[in-house]
Amino acid sequence: MIAPTGITRVTLLKDLRLEWRSKDAINSMLFFSLLVVVVFSFSFDPTAEESRQIAGGLIWVAFLFAAVVALNQTWAREIRNQVLDAYRISPAPANSLFMAKTLGNFIFVSVLEALMTPLFIMFYRLRSLGPAWQLLLIAVLGTWALVVNGTFFAAMSLRTRSREIMLPLLLFPISIPALLAMVQATADILNGEGARFWIVLLATYDLVFTTVCLLLFETVLNAE
Amino acid sequence: MKRVFPILSVLTATLLIYALYQALVVAPTEQTMGDVQRIFYYHVPSAWTAFILFFVNFGASILYLIKRRPAADMVALVSAEVGVVFLLVNLVTGPIWARPVWGIWWTWDWRLTSTLVTWLIYVSYLMLRRFSSGGQTPTLAAALAVLGALCIPFVYFSIWFFRTQHPQPVIGGDGSIDPRMMHALLINWLAFVCFAFMVCWSRYRLEKLQRDVNQAYAMASLLAPHGSARR
Amino acid sequence: MTETVSAVTVSNLIKQFGRFAALRGVTAEFSGGKLYAILGDNGAGKTTLLRTLAGLSQPSGGGVSILGASKFRDISVQVGYMAHPSLLYDEMSGMENLEYFARLYGISGNITGKARCADVIRTVGLDPDLVRPVGQYSQGMRQRMSLARALLNDPKILLLDEPFSNVDVHSAIEMVRLLARSRDQGKTIFVVTHQASLLEGAADEFVWMEFGKIVGRTRELKREQIREQTAEQQK
Repeated sequence: MIAPTGITRVTLLKDLRLEWRSKDAINSMLFFSLLVVVVFSFSFDPTAEESRQIAGGLIWVAFLFAAVVALNQTWAREIRNQVLDAYRISPAPANSLFMAKTLGNFIFVSVLEALMTPLFIMFYRLRSLGPAWQLLLIAVLGTWALVVNGTFFAAMSLRTRSREIMLPLLLFPISIPALLAMVQATADILNGEGARFWIVLLATYDLVFTTVCLLLFETVLNAE
Repeated sequence: MKRVFPILSVLTATLLIYALYQALVVAPTEQTMGDVQRIFYYHVPSAWTAFILFFVNFGASILYLIKRRPAADMVALVSAEVGVVFLLVNLVTGPIWARPVWGIWWTWDWRLTSTLVTWLIYVSYLMLRRFSSGGQTPTLAAALAVLGALCIPFVYFSIWFFRTQHPQPVIGGDGSIDPRMMHALLINWLAFVCFAFMVCWSRYRLEKLQRDVNQAYAMASLLAPHGSARR
Repeated sequence: MTETVSAVTVSNLIKQFGRFAALRGVTAEFSGGKLYAILGDNGAGKTTLLRTLAGLSQPSGGGVSILGASKFRDISVQVGYMAHPSLLYDEMSGMENLEYFARLYGISGNITGKARCADVIRTVGLDPDLVRPVGQYSQGMRQRMSLARALLNDPKILLLDEPFSNVDVHSAIEMVRLLARSRDQGKTIFVVTHQASLLEGAADEFVWMEFGKIVGRTRELKREQIREQTAEQQK
């Protein structure tokens, strides 16, 4: 009997190994993240007091752009040599593939965020006046929200025309409530207030969309 | 069936004219805003109608995912297209109303912002339908429709909370409404719904015709003794 | 035990892509333990038929029954598929690729599982200890490794779509020998190819397709028989 979690784990490890081997992709992603932070710093002057107040929003927009670039390429590997067909004909469940890809993207995007955050903190001289542990919670919930929908839409876009632009086209509108929550929560915490409402909203959003994506993934994978 | 359409069209047109009369003549002039306020009779019903259409889209998409009926897919397509147009009317009349009354085009007020996001979601749905390849389109679109519809409550709720934290001028106004105004509003809504139905019906017929043509070619190709039917 | 029950049954299979009908009503029975070569011009529907058997394409009409099951998911463990793209990850070695796909079929990653992967690789005439990533293989080696992947789960049904394209003659002949041996072991094999001559002597039956239909089935590779049969049908 094939345990679905076993397949998720094996697929995730395989993806991480492949990511590590094609170091070009990682390096270009890292450099891209750095560039985004620097460009933002020029567009939104870090020394101005107003910029410090919107830093919460800026950082999430930067994460969003980095996520889109990452999401686009993690499925690209599966359509080269039509490897996805090999998965589809096997008895392995489609959901295991989805979870593996989502987790892989989550790890990948989290690494990028972990690298960009210190830069932001440094450039914008950010200080948290509120409970900082909540920031971590928001980072996790928010990244998951972006990644679960992003993985789903990236799979959807695989066989559409203009594949790379379809992903942000589909992802951005639906992510807006989650983005609003992430940005506002970050701003609130940095300004010393709690963000309980936004955290609950994000958690609910994550729950609903993860469930629905899992329910619909097999259908989408096998759509012709 | 063929006679029903023209009859209903005439009825709808009559209703629309009556609704226009109600909105421009019968309804009383608003106290503070004057005649400009009459755009309200277009701004609000267009949104309500659009949401009815998006609800139909949601239902049709779910039906397609379960039963795979082509008619369900067509209903989903048609309701989304017409809904996007009606919602656009709402989005455009908002600033047209706001400008003379409050002096600004846009305020990021709760309703208008949420409507904008909803509109973006359904435009992305239409884009997916255009960019995906034939066989996949109904399935992918249906999946996106479900996700989009589930997102709407989150959109409205999150933006509402955001606005209570950061209040801005509200377009559309709240509070009590004169019964004659409510009457005109409801008549216009009814007229809009009828009009939307007629447009959807026309669009549905058009889509069905197109698909029937494709099917005819495919059948000819199936039955041809040698090779596919040349056009 | 010889297979007298049909392994694959197709009834009035129809597949449409918009206005184009790739399969226009294919009806056939294929008994088990045989090697079938599916031949025909481009656009005849060979690939579509194979992909439908592999569960990768849903028919627009008609039915498929494989090993008695109408739902592909029930028997997916017993099917192996190979196409012109390698269905392998370029950045991993052959062994790594097979170890991963083995897990998808429920073959565990322990010593027995690894031995199984190594065995299959040796069966296709390649070295399991080769560390080179598959992307750097020659086409012949890549197709052989792809065949190894298809054989990994010891499938009862093997579906191969143009396995010999751009493959050097030596690799192609090796593959045909292997397919014949597999057929002798009881597997049912379908090979879509333009290079029918490679299968002469190995195939039990040649299935001819034209414009989305099967127009003839012969035991030997003689095109003239088909011309006659088709002429008969048109009368």
